[in-house]
Amino acid sequence: MNPTSYLVLATILFTLGSGGVLLRRNALVAFMSVELMLNAANLAFVAFARMHGALDGQIVAFFVMIIAAAEVVIGLAIIVMIFRTRRSASVDDASLLKL
Amino acid sequence: MNTTLLTQSVAAQTETHQAVREASGLFSGTWLLIALPLLGAALLLLGGRRLDRTGHLVGCATVIASFVVAAVLFVAMLGEGSGERAFLIPLWEWFNAGGYEVEISLLLDQLSMAFVLLITGVGSLIHVYSIGYMEHDERRRRFFGYLNLFVAAMLLLVLASDFLVLFIGWEGVGLASYLLIGFWQHKPSAAVAAKKAFVVNRVGDMGMVLAVASMLVVFGSSSYAVVFAGTENAPVGWLNAIGLFLLLAACGKSAQFPLQSWLLDAMEGPTPVSALIHAATMVTAGVYLIVRSAAIFDLAPEARTAVVVVGAVTLLMGAIIGCAKDDIKKALAGSTMSQIGYMMLAAGLGPAGYAFAIFHLITHGFFKANLFLGAGSVMHGMNDEVDMRRFGALRAAMPVTFATFAIGYLAIIGIPPFAGFFSKDQIIEAAFAEGLVVGLCALLGAGITAFYMTRVMLMTFLGSKRWAEEAHPHESPRVMTWPLIALGALSVVGGAGLLYLGGGIVDWLEPVTGEEHHDLPVPLAVLMTSTLITVLAGAAVAWLLYGRRPVPEVAPRGNPLTVAARRDLYGDAVNEGLFMRPGQYLTRSLVYAESRGVDGTIVGAAKAVGGLSTRWRRWQTGFVRSYALTMLAGAGLVVIAMLLVRLP
Amino acid sequence: MNLLAAVATQAGDSPAGSTGSTTGEEILFWILAPLAVLGAAGLVFARKAVHGALFLAVTMVSLAFLYIALEAPFLGVVQMVVYTGAVMMLFLFVIMLVGVDASDSRVETIRGQRVGAGLALLGVIILLMTVAGRAALPDPVGTAQAAPDGNVYAIADLLFGRYVWVFEVVAAVLITAAVGAMVLTHRERTSRRLTQREMSEKRFRDADPQQAAGQPPPGVYARHNAVDTPALLPDGTPAETSISPVLIARGAARSADEFTIDLRQLGDEEGSDAAPTEPSDDSTSGMSGEATPGAAEGNDGEAGTTDGGEAR
Repeated sequence: MNPTSYLVLATILFTLGSGGVLLRRNALVAFMSVELMLNAANLAFVAFARMHGALDGQIVAFFVMIIAAAEVVIGLAIIVMIFRTRRSASVDDASLLKL
Repeated sequence: MNTTLLTQSVAAQTETHQAVREASGLFSGTWLLIALPLLGAALLLLGGRRLDRTGHLVGCATVIASFVVAAVLFVAMLGEGSGERAFLIPLWEWFNAGGYEVEISLLLDQLSMAFVLLITGVGSLIHVYSIGYMEHDERRRRFFGYLNLFVAAMLLLVLASDFLVLFIGWEGVGLASYLLIGFWQHKPSAAVAAKKAFVVNRVGDMGMVLAVASMLVVFGSSSYAVVFAGTENAPVGWLNAIGLFLLLAACGKSAQFPLQSWLLDAMEGPTPVSALIHAATMVTAGVYLIVRSAAIFDLAPEARTAVVVVGAVTLLMGAIIGCAKDDIKKALAGSTMSQIGYMMLAAGLGPAGYAFAIFHLITHGFFKANLFLGAGSVMHGMNDEVDMRRFGALRAAMPVTFATFAIGYLAIIGIPPFAGFFSKDQIIEAAFAEGLVVGLCALLGAGITAFYMTRVMLMTFLGSKRWAEEAHPHESPRVMTWPLIALGALSVVGGAGLLYLGGGIVDWLEPVTGEEHHDLPVPLAVLMTSTLITVLAGAAVAWLLYGRRPVPEVAPRGNPLTVAARRDLYGDAVNEGLFMRPGQYLTRSLVYAESRGVDGTIVGAAKAVGGLSTRWRRWQTGFVRSYALTMLAGAGLVVIAMLLVRLP
Repeated sequence: MNLLAAVATQAGDSPAGSTGSTTGEEILFWILAPLAVLGAAGLVFARKAVHGALFLAVTMVSLAFLYIALEAPFLGVVQMVVYTGAVMMLFLFVIMLVGVDASDSRVETIRGQRVGAGLALLGVIILLMTVAGRAALPDPVGTAQAAPDGNVYAIADLLFGRYVWVFEVVAAVLITAAVGAMVLTHRERTSRRLTQREMSEKRFRDADPQQAAGQPPPGVYARHNAVDTPALLPDGTPAETSISPVLIARGAARSADEFTIDLRQLGDEEGSDAAPTEPSDDSTSGMSGEATPGAAEGNDGEAGTTDGGEAR
């Protein structure tokens, strides 16, 4: 099957993910949207790996997953901390770093 | 030590310049001349209130001690041979900047000796006089401190052996003059006069700075020895330039046209100051400068002509101003200008006139100090009244003052055998030898001098009483009359004595200034007679106007010339119109250009940046989602750019 | 599942099959792709975060199957275990912590954000679609040659061969992240933890003596075997402290007025026979009174009498 279909799917997922980051105020949802974008990129990697007949794309996807896991750990810790101090999980509330 | 160099170079000079020897024995104590009054000034100015009672004595003692030293040195100098009377007293090296080294060393020769005697002698008399005159002034100690400072600076001026060292003394006397003119600083007029003198003198100082700088360019040094030795080989253009710069400096210090305007206002100072600084010594420093620079002016004919013109113009201007003033001190100040004009004129005549310039300078020092101190004595007795229209018939009330003042009067108008006759007559002769126009100017000046001095005499001591009601004129105390008598005596005998005693001052100065004789266009007897007739005519006109008729107590309007003369021949107006107003407009327009142009650009740029920042700041919302949107758009743009680059 | 296995075996076994487009793969793709898009859209548009998390789980599972279809069974399994299993559970935990029920408002507060985001997203999707559509991509080669011994062996070979340094670095990143999370969420105790004895002494010393014996228990009546009704004080007002604040926050507590209305209805139903309510009320309060003796019991008794009086 031609990789174009997978690429189109990855594009749609990526766009939806970025839409979530841009439009949702809940930090957790925004965070999950980031995960969605990463997964979309992973899908493209795996599709290309198959197209080229080499496994390097799969390796990259694997590393992306690991980094995403690390990122989730740190990000969630930060969200928990913000929630503890501010009683809010809205990214808009954490907007004090400006003039 | 460049003494050997100095000796050699001076020895190699023309025969008019004598060899300069390094001082030994007695002459190595020359520095005491300056050190004594300087010590006095330091004591009085730093000593504080504990010297309030004895300060005037300290001030007088140091100057008299200095005079004694000068007298001893003079006698010692008489003991040397005629061509061997120049001594160099090296003190220390001031600075050494590459090829330019300046030594503090003193040059004691016949010229500086004459000045030293004049300064310390007249200075001592005026110091003594000031004890009485300033008796009731609570700042008398400070006054004597300033006077001592002046004497020290003036001695440094005439004893220097380097133009740069001379410049120190030059500025020192300027400072002392400023401090003393503004001594009664509580009077706004005195403060303004002091400031005016200071500012006008700075214009002259600029000429001095330029002259020294030009010397450095041409000769590589500013010491007398090197400069005077190098004039033979120097380009005439440079010599003329240096001469004109020196003339500018002399004009500033000696109140010569066009920098004359400060001297009349300087009469705001205490009268002893007017006598010492603004009549006898400091204002003659310009003449000294030109005579000392004889080696330069000898080879710079254009500069010399300028000196003559300046002298002649000032001579007539000062005389005319002196005719119209009702303030006795200002009338005398105009006279001072005029007399210094004579000296400048003589100095501009070259070797033929240098000695006469100095001669007249010294006799003028005697009789003008005498006249000023007499005026001060009158003021002292008349509650500090200066308006001559309020005087009259003081002859009986102040006999000593009247007698000495009369001697000074006869001396200044040039009646034989008083001092002024000899000195002024020599100058008029030399002027006629130079040219008819110059001679006639000098002659006319003599006539006007006779007119205004007779006027002063008549209005002050003769005629009817026009005193203010509360005035009780009385003779001054002895401490004031004795200096008057001494100066009066000098005014009588000074002229003939200096001219004829022991070869006279001309021979005395000849090793320094050189000598030159011109043939007179008319016989000497004719000239002398016509001079006397002019003088008598001037006096007669004055008597007709002021002696026979009663003097009105309020000044009449007078003719246009009188009006102009009362306003100093519009010197201030010219200065204001030519320099002050344009200067103010220039600075104003510069300030405008600066604030609008330069500042405007900078402030405008800052405001533009500030305004843009205020706008752009709004992009920093703090909302992470806005940033994410910007980032996404930016990333999209980057991808588009990459595609556009790759696609074709 | 059968379909999946078939595809997987087909993809793994026959290299020839991977070169051409396989019907099975297409069918699988066209089932899973809409599911994934649906899940993603659900994540973006769900109002509650917990729903979003579940939608995302759907997308991730779909992607795991697609990986397997793309001859990456190892990645598929990792996706399932790590992402869907671990990461999403982590998300769920945090959502629980923050508040399961909280739902976002749909009002946009940043001016122009929606318009800007819409334009940017439109631009991005057009851009990416154009790129994906314009690219003349060859049919896939397949990984059979690259992984002769099977996908897992080949991955391991690369991971511990060519990419071993990356692997080590990524391991360091993971450890750092774990330590970082611990540091970030750690709260230092500023004082010693009080023992039980100290706490009880403190309560008697410092607190309001009225509460020294403990908070009043809820007004448990025969009509309700729940803790959502406040007890009544002697003057007939409800005791706010007698029910859990959690119930009040959730809006699940019944007010005393409601209970009074209940009593009235009860009275209407049973006529003037109000007396039996009283003993039953007492008995329930007595039962709860075993746990909270003294004042609470007296309170309840008095509340009961006043209630009865009101009812009458």
